[in-house]
Amino acid sequence: MSEAALHAERAAASLRLERALVALGILALIAAPFVIYPIFVMKMLCFALFACAFNLLLGYTGLLSFGHAAFFGGAAYFCAYAVKAWGWPPEAGILLGTAGAALMGLVVGFLAIRRQGIYFSMITLALAQMFYFFCVQAPFTAGEDGIQGVPRGHLFGVVDLGVTMNMYFFVLAVFLFGVFAIWRIVNSPFGMILRSIRENENRAISLGYSVGRYKLAAFVMSAALAGLAGATKAIVFQFATLTDVTWQMSGEVILMTLLGGIGTMVGPVVGAGLVVGLENTLATSGFPVTIATGLIFMVCVLIFRRGIVGEIYARWLGWGGKSS
Amino acid sequence: MTMIFGIPIQALLGQLLVGLINGSFYAMLSLGLAVIFGLLRIINFAHGALYMLGAFISYLLLMHLGIGYWPALVLVPLLVGLFGMLVERLALSRLYRLDPLYGLLFTFGLALVIEGVFRYYYGVSGNPYAVPALLAGGTNLGFMFLPNYRGWVVLASLIVCLGTWLLIEKTRLGSYLRAATENPELVQAFGVNVPLLLTLTYGLGAALAGLAGILAAPVYQVSPLMGSDLIIVVFAVVVVGGMGSILGAIVTGYMLGLAEGLTKVFYPEASNLVVFVIMAIVLLLRPAGLFGRDA
Repeated sequence: MSEAALHAERAAASLRLERALVALGILALIAAPFVIYPIFVMKMLCFALFACAFNLLLGYTGLLSFGHAAFFGGAAYFCAYAVKAWGWPPEAGILLGTAGAALMGLVVGFLAIRRQGIYFSMITLALAQMFYFFCVQAPFTAGEDGIQGVPRGHLFGVVDLGVTMNMYFFVLAVFLFGVFAIWRIVNSPFGMILRSIRENENRAISLGYSVGRYKLAAFVMSAALAGLAGATKAIVFQFATLTDVTWQMSGEVILMTLLGGIGTMVGPVVGAGLVVGLENTLATSGFPVTIATGLIFMVCVLIFRRGIVGEIYARWLGWGGKSS
Repeated sequence: MTMIFGIPIQALLGQLLVGLINGSFYAMLSLGLAVIFGLLRIINFAHGALYMLGAFISYLLLMHLGIGYWPALVLVPLLVGLFGMLVERLALSRLYRLDPLYGLLFTFGLALVIEGVFRYYYGVSGNPYAVPALLAGGTNLGFMFLPNYRGWVVLASLIVCLGTWLLIEKTRLGSYLRAATENPELVQAFGVNVPLLLTLTYGLGAALAGLAGILAAPVYQVSPLMGSDLIIVVFAVVVVGGMGSILGAIVTGYMLGLAEGLTKVFYPEASNLVVFVIMAIVLLLRPAGLFGRDA
């Protein structure tokens, strides 16, 4: 058999395998709330969507945003405020949060793409910190207390989200919608151009693409999806607080993506599950979470840069993948 | 009482002094970041943690070994510098061939660990560090009252900044360093030990952060969190100044400190935000930064 045919054969086999695994994963998520504490799974799903949205930028466009907490936490504030103070239904609140995050992404992205590489990361970090200080002082966020007691309400006026299982399947639907959207973006012609920017920005420019616009579009999409995750989380937990807009939160989503596998579809989901699970375990043990998080960061960067899923792809499926 | 724009002049000068003090720390820290970035191409996220480490070591030296401010002023930068060299040898030296983002992520993890350890053992509350007897009290300058220690901080930071600038621009070691920044392979071919130079550079940067830490100990409370919020402001300073020039980093540090002080007088609510707003404006008008060369 020729080299190319062998390669195609192998690619088709891994695609079949991937489809089977995704179907299995969805089935597991449908069964999960009957086995595991549903609130915990919902938390995982919200963070998994957040990490996938972040990975759209880091993994497929090559831009490291150090300020994604602003979109996640910002959307949580917008949604919680609209639902609690204006009595909006949950779906409208989530849409508002998502739109608000997209708008913030437009402003932050517009400023940040003016510089490249390491400066891009520092600018996003600084602007997110500015938003944090704004949230500390602005009256609508209720300062240190945060917005508490957000009613879950009725979805489309019919489904009572106060019922845990209804809430769970709504969150699952949002999660699957978000991940599907990211999958479509990544595998579209637009997504191919994003990857070419990641691989060689100057070459993409010389091919005639207005790289700045593509980067900004990717940034806004990523921010909007991060916002979708944050707004949904606000409805699930019925509060929005300063924790979600801190730089530590921006670091956490980087860790989830790095641990799971940068630039893979499934990696951030696995990473988010592990990090949320680890934090839950440590919360009761008294061992400080920041030390554990920091250590995992250092180990990942030094010897485990492909992440868990990336490592599996590289070792067992022979997909190669980038190690750096 | 004399008034300027409806503000008593004493209040204005007082806030300007606070701004100048903050600016001194911004300048010292962004200087260290620029020195490290120049040669190692790594953004040292752990810089704030090293600054906190400097303040905490001086506090612990005083509490447990009875070593006072002046000996600590020499000892602390040495210790923090040695710690930095160890980190560079063991970890950072393995990351030079990779995308610079990995250096940022590694030092971010390091910062979390250092802070986490101190938080675990000492909690989040601040610990006071007494002003050394020699610099206690204050001087009446006629138009305002200047606490002696604060005057010393401004003076010391100017000396440190100027000294580092002279070291890099005027000495033989500095010329090696600048040459290695331009082209490490060529400098290595001339027989200069570049890996050693890299280790020393990170050590120097860490020592500068440690020195800033001990200078800060009597001004601010010594707490595990003192570095993490500061470092983000310093990042904004670095974006405004551009890391191309050492002098640029220093000047921008003082300028933004003063801008912050002035904002505190006229519009206190925005004083936390002003550095970031200036950063955004500079990005719109001069994307390469005020002193930057690389776009």
